[in-house]
Amino acid sequence: MKALYSLFFVFALLLVVLFGVGAAHLNMLFGVWIPYVAMAVFLLGFIYRVYDWAKSPVPFRIPTTGGQQWSVLPEVKQNRWDNPTTVRDTVIRMAFEVLLFRSLFRNTKSEVYKNENGGPVVAYASAKWLWLFGILFHYSFLTIVIRHMRLFTEPVPGFITLIDSLDSLLQIAAPTLYLTDVALVAAATFLLMRRILAPQIRYLSLAADYFPLFLILAIAISGIYMRYIAKVDVIAIKELTMGLVTFHPHIPANVGISFYIHLFLVSILLLYFPFSKLMHLGGVFLSPTRNLPNDSRVRHHENPWNPKIKCHSYADYEDDFREPMIEAGLPVDKAE
Amino acid sequence: MALKPEELIDSIDYHHPPKTDWMDTPNDFKPGRWAYPGKIDVIKRIHFPNPREWSPGDADWKLPENWKEIIYNGMRERLDKYRSFKVFMDICVRCGACADKCHFYIGGGDPKNMPVLRAELLRSVYRNDFTAAGKILGRLAGARPLTLDVIKEWFLYFYQCTECRRCSLFCPYGIDTAEVTMMARELLHLLGININWIMEPVANCNRMGNHLGIQPHAFKDIVDFMVDDIENYTGVRVKAPLNEKGHEILFITPSGDVFADPGIYTFMGYLMLFHEIGLDYTLSTYASEGGNFGLFTSADMMQKLNGKMYHEAKRLGAKWILGGECGHMWRVINQYMDTMNGYMQEGTNLSVPRSPITGTVFKNAAATKMVHIAEFTADLIRHNKLKLNPARNDHLKVTFHDSCNPARGMGLLDEPRAVIKAVCNDFHEMPIETIREQTFCCGGGSGLNTDEIMDIRMRGGLPRGNALKYVRDKHGVNTMACVCAIDRATLIPLANYWAPGVNICGVHELVGNALEMKGQKERELNLRGESLAELAEEA
Amino acid sequence: MYDGSKIIVGLLVFVGMMTFPFWNNIGKAAYKTPELKLPPKSVATECVEGKEFMREKHMQLLNDWRDEAVRNGERLYVSQANHKQYQISLQNSCMKCHDNKEEFCDKCHNSASVSPYCWDCHIAPPKKGN
Repeated sequence: MKALYSLFFVFALLLVVLFGVGAAHLNMLFGVWIPYVAMAVFLLGFIYRVYDWAKSPVPFRIPTTGGQQWSVLPEVKQNRWDNPTTVRDTVIRMAFEVLLFRSLFRNTKSEVYKNENGGPVVAYASAKWLWLFGILFHYSFLTIVIRHMRLFTEPVPGFITLIDSLDSLLQIAAPTLYLTDVALVAAATFLLMRRILAPQIRYLSLAADYFPLFLILAIAISGIYMRYIAKVDVIAIKELTMGLVTFHPHIPANVGISFYIHLFLVSILLLYFPFSKLMHLGGVFLSPTRNLPNDSRVRHHENPWNPKIKCHSYADYEDDFREPMIEAGLPVDKAE
Repeated sequence: MALKPEELIDSIDYHHPPKTDWMDTPNDFKPGRWAYPGKIDVIKRIHFPNPREWSPGDADWKLPENWKEIIYNGMRERLDKYRSFKVFMDICVRCGACADKCHFYIGGGDPKNMPVLRAELLRSVYRNDFTAAGKILGRLAGARPLTLDVIKEWFLYFYQCTECRRCSLFCPYGIDTAEVTMMARELLHLLGININWIMEPVANCNRMGNHLGIQPHAFKDIVDFMVDDIENYTGVRVKAPLNEKGHEILFITPSGDVFADPGIYTFMGYLMLFHEIGLDYTLSTYASEGGNFGLFTSADMMQKLNGKMYHEAKRLGAKWILGGECGHMWRVINQYMDTMNGYMQEGTNLSVPRSPITGTVFKNAAATKMVHIAEFTADLIRHNKLKLNPARNDHLKVTFHDSCNPARGMGLLDEPRAVIKAVCNDFHEMPIETIREQTFCCGGGSGLNTDEIMDIRMRGGLPRGNALKYVRDKHGVNTMACVCAIDRATLIPLANYWAPGVNICGVHELVGNALEMKGQKERELNLRGESLAELAEEA
Repeated sequence: MYDGSKIIVGLLVFVGMMTFPFWNNIGKAAYKTPELKLPPKSVATECVEGKEFMREKHMQLLNDWRDEAVRNGERLYVSQANHKQYQISLQNSCMKCHDNKEEFCDKCHNSASVSPYCWDCHIAPPKKGN
């Protein structure tokens, strides 16, 4: 049900463009103003969200330690990247986390069943699919964003051309098939199907979990449609996109509706981003269980709001129990 | 326990969650699903809000009239104080990687015990009142209004989380349900919702020095009793200084170790070890609690209870503090103690700990001045300072249970193993997915080791119990060692239920049994008073 | 504590990357659609298809031609625009008129960062001395 709501919403977005550009010819609105607003909301919203997180302090160093601590015993070897004590090792831990999804790579699957004697068994198996498709999804997305910079730069820098040609390495069809197009659609479909088909995941999913997946799939499919089926005039599109980034907005004549659909959906993604779980892009860097060294026993860390609550003092304790303490022969500070 | 293990297994179904959405699924408040609430006098003693007679099974929980406002303000305050809380409320993508990492979910199958949904119980309210998307889109964005049923649901499920952090290890953003549970419990405390099994130890610890409420003279009696027992078994009369000033080291261990077996055997192991190496130390009856149920209550209470350690170290003039085998104690010491109470070290004799026996400087405890006994003993063993006879443990086939907090809140993994391997000849690890940083909870951490929720505890204990049964069947393991006082209490019913025939012991009980003491008589009995000859024969 | 400076640096990097297309174009001449040098009217008056068709679909047409000629041995193409027949041949049909790669093909391809693999097999026409 939640999935259907999200799907319908994405369809509704398509209708908005078909009507807005196709029928009402609001090309300036959809080609210029909405993208500008979306970009501004994305940037300012993202900064605001991170600022809002940053306003709250990190009172305690609470890394989740994923391995052996630093020990003074020479034969005990520290797992430095899963349980760092130095800034350098913490940076490495974060790099593994952000670039390689290290924690997700640990993923296991547990099942409970009975053995032939009726005895209970809990079994664990490695489960790397989520990691694989997760990382495929994110790196494809990144490559696609970088590739798109060919429409926003003139002359096109060498590294963008290089990524572009690597992505079309197989030289299938013309225009050449991008590997990341296939990977992105495959990975997003996997993530979506997992949500819809696995009963546990379906149970915990919100409409807000399906929507970004449908939206990104729609963006990918509209892009693929433009490139391989509708065959739009890329040079005309570049005229429009270059107009946007040089603040000389201009709508060239022969830009097809499929481009407006693509652009509008991307704008919606940018608008939605700061208000949604997609903020995990920024949040992963700020997670106190990952980005701090496990060193509160080694060096002092300051809690800015430390309430310095006093403990029940020894003097009060002795006042409560002086007599029995003396009787039991325990030393006391104040003999009566 | 009403259910047999086979029946319990049958009741687990991961693949058919309730037909209704979790927001619409009513909660079951049958007895056995919740721990008893704090007693009026206990709550009054620690000046917590809203002391009253109530039961979670009642419809009316007798909350203050402005309960909603209290929760909102409480959330606002905590969002401003903890970046972790804010970030963890915002960035979950509900990928579900955490779901089958929780022992309560594995053993129960209740979707609200998936860490992600447990956090959503709170997140849904956060979204509704603190985020733009939640205010505009409501339920589509996963928001729901705060109602009394929500509060009750929080009580039910945030007291089915043992703050073990296993989910956090697997979360791609490190979202830590322990952190969320702590916030939720703090919020519930504002309304006077709490459980007695936590509040009474807190009140006891505050006034009497330990969770169990052992008063100083009684504490001395117990220690004397153990000194007598040691003399009976070894012929050596050990010293056990109490509240004495001018010693180099203050030793603090959880009070569970002086209260009941098998903790007391571990405690006897400490006393024998200290005697044998001639350690200049004292115990304290005032700081007679290593554990800290404040951690399961509120940050303020944790600080208040923890402060006694430095306060007493100052009074007694100790140079550093040695800590006993305890789980959550070491999360507090490793990740909170110096940050919150480090300022109390001013004017003390505390300095970077240095083993007086080996000369090793514990630079990894430079700020807190507190060393874990497993580190300390492993260092002694490495320097050949102990004469050990592991053969006295030869009737034991030993495995080791990593306690959650030393594993995932510190990283104390190889030190206890080094000690065990030096004092036992027959050691077997449980499967890799269930030990070290991936270790499973005993099912009773974070103050949930109470008997009225035994069904929940045994369900939560399934993964640990099953791993234990595996090594019992495969290697004939008959002993599970641990470095945690709660474990020593909770693992016994767990083993009886899931892996009958396995005994539980502390690591230093094994040390005590293997330790050769100067002037000892022929060792015929172990620290449990059992005949070694008979045990050897049985094995 | 706050780690404010690290967060600010992180945000600056983020904003810098996200606004790359904006600042990268500062001070550069406004983008104009590349002007192609078309063959003089004396050489050619018509193409195999219309202008719009060729702009959007020439790559598909060339790909089809490659398949027809190389794989099927079919050498005749009927134009959709004027229904005339043309010989399927890059060298003999297209480049008979469009004989300047730099001033024709490359202009747009460079601008759109496209590197067609025509010249993996075909010999590129020699550069015209400018």
